[in-house]
Amino acid sequence: MAHSNSSANSPAIDLTDENVQALTRPHPLKEFWYYFSENRGAVIGFYFFLAIVIIALLAGIIAPHSPIEQYREHILQPPVWADGGSWQFILGTDQVGRDMLSRLIYGARYSLFIGLFVVTVAMFAGILIGLIAGYFGKWIEMVIMRVMDIILAFPSLLLALVLVAILGPSLINAMIAIAIVLQPHFVRLTRAAVLTEREKDYVVSARMVGATSLRLMFITILPNCMAPLIVQAALSFSTAILDAAALGFLGQGAQPPTPEWGTMLAEAREFISRAWWVVTFPGLAILLTVLAINLMGDGLRDALDPKLKRS
Amino acid sequence: MLSFLLRRIGMIIPTFFGVTIVAFFFIRAIPGDPVLLMAGERGMSEERYNQLMNQFGFDRPLWEQYMSYIGGVLQGDLGQSFVTKKPIWDEFFALFPATLELGLCAIIIAALIGIPAGMIAGIKRGSIFDYSIMSTALIGYSMPIFWWALLLIIVFSTTLGWTPVSGRISLLYYFEPHTGFMLIDSWLSGEKGAFSSAVHHLVLPTIVLATIPLAIIARQTRSAMLEVLGEDYIRTARAKGLKPARINGVHALRNALIPVITTIGLQVGVLLGGAILTETIFAWPGIGKWMVDSISRRDYQAVQGGVLMIAMMVMLVNLIVDVLYGLVNPKIRNT
Repeated sequence: MAHSNSSANSPAIDLTDENVQALTRPHPLKEFWYYFSENRGAVIGFYFFLAIVIIALLAGIIAPHSPIEQYREHILQPPVWADGGSWQFILGTDQVGRDMLSRLIYGARYSLFIGLFVVTVAMFAGILIGLIAGYFGKWIEMVIMRVMDIILAFPSLLLALVLVAILGPSLINAMIAIAIVLQPHFVRLTRAAVLTEREKDYVVSARMVGATSLRLMFITILPNCMAPLIVQAALSFSTAILDAAALGFLGQGAQPPTPEWGTMLAEAREFISRAWWVVTFPGLAILLTVLAINLMGDGLRDALDPKLKRS
Repeated sequence: MLSFLLRRIGMIIPTFFGVTIVAFFFIRAIPGDPVLLMAGERGMSEERYNQLMNQFGFDRPLWEQYMSYIGGVLQGDLGQSFVTKKPIWDEFFALFPATLELGLCAIIIAALIGIPAGMIAGIKRGSIFDYSIMSTALIGYSMPIFWWALLLIIVFSTTLGWTPVSGRISLLYYFEPHTGFMLIDSWLSGEKGAFSSAVHHLVLPTIVLATIPLAIIARQTRSAMLEVLGEDYIRTARAKGLKPARINGVHALRNALIPVITTIGLQVGVLLGGAILTETIFAWPGIGKWMVDSISRRDYQAVQGGVLMIAMMVMLVNLIVDVLYGLVNPKIRNT
């Protein structure tokens, strides 16, 4: 008989936990890490970024000195390995005798906070506006996309400068300005993703069952558009840090004595020929942080978005 | 093709008006009274104040102000600088050649190095060349260029003494500007050493401004090459027994260049943004430095005009790139 035959021929299935785990799809995070770690640079970037996060969080414990205390008897002291350096100030002191290392450590807090704030604001606003444009279409979409075109017609640093001129130079205003400048990218990506998802069967069927617009937008469509948005978020994180540092450098961002890396560079500029360390280290900190995030961004793209993958 | 062109130009018109609205409201959004700002610390009598309010039209309804503003813009009248009292239009075009010269040199350098570098990385994929070119490109892409400029100054100007740190040419030379391009003018002047001085002044700013576009172009060329090299016609060319140099250099490169040229066109915004920092650091008398100076001396009329002109430039170049892209790629034209 048919049913007794089948059970005799096929080997008995052993349903222990171990085997079930091997057969089912791995946990999404595990799968993500598998693809992410294929890219060695991305893993290096990730660990470096993690180190910066830890340094920023523990700045109060790690930093040997206060970032704003001025040791007037140690002005422009070189780093420890140069002539005249001492272990008291490992990376030397700046033009008013503040410890460079401590300022750099506290500066990590500012840069990470800037990146986080800008990306959060730009991404939430951009996704919301993009969803509205893509979902409702017609004139709403037209108006939104033209406004985004207008924002994108200005070089981002120039527009940020102009916005800061209106709002007044300060770190928080610089962050708001950069978030405004960066959000059109999220709007465009979200809208494009929504347009391709909107007509797919799962969305149509959800609508048939009576899902509301809000539910369709946020619960049905949005999760399927996330991959390119996450990649863009990583890119925007590094752009935000660079632009905020540039604004600080031009005197329109964080104001002295804030130990923000760009502002530190602006203050140190006139000592360029006398004290290379006051100019070199803050910039190096910016470069390494941005580099780590960009490395991660490349890895994220490889792992999340097979379409964009660098084949 | 004509309908594509008209459609594309039609799309730019609302953006144009949008940009003018942004520029128009900029001056009105600045905290404080524009006329009082103009007067500066000295202040002014009430009579004079009313007179100026009337002269600049700040006492009329907003829409009337905008209409007269847009009317002026369309005739090339961007108003007068608060500080120098000269027309913004003239100021802009007096400084623009300096920025254009720097920007053109930067983009040429970026393309001349970036395209071959990206090609090599793509062809020798996975090799040590690929790895080192792409690592360098990523570093360039992550570079805070204002710091990069300071580093180059430390090495080449203060330590080695090879290059000057500011301006377009040594003060020893003076000649009538013909084209506004220092390289050409100094060459034409025939003065001994003038051209060499201009080149020396140009080297560092060009390197700094070229850095990010170079990195972007190299990355874009590599991925375009990789995509093209996987196509059937490349396999056919290989099967025919063509030399690899011909396949890579002619069949692949030509097709890979289409997206690369678009990328180069889109760098104009990056260049103008980068010019703000580069020109400020090297005291290069161009548009970028003018914008920063105008913001810091609160010459908001100049900022308004400059911002508008820069946005126009970006839009114009993007339009040209789009149209060129439509010319070479019929698929885009017909969608």
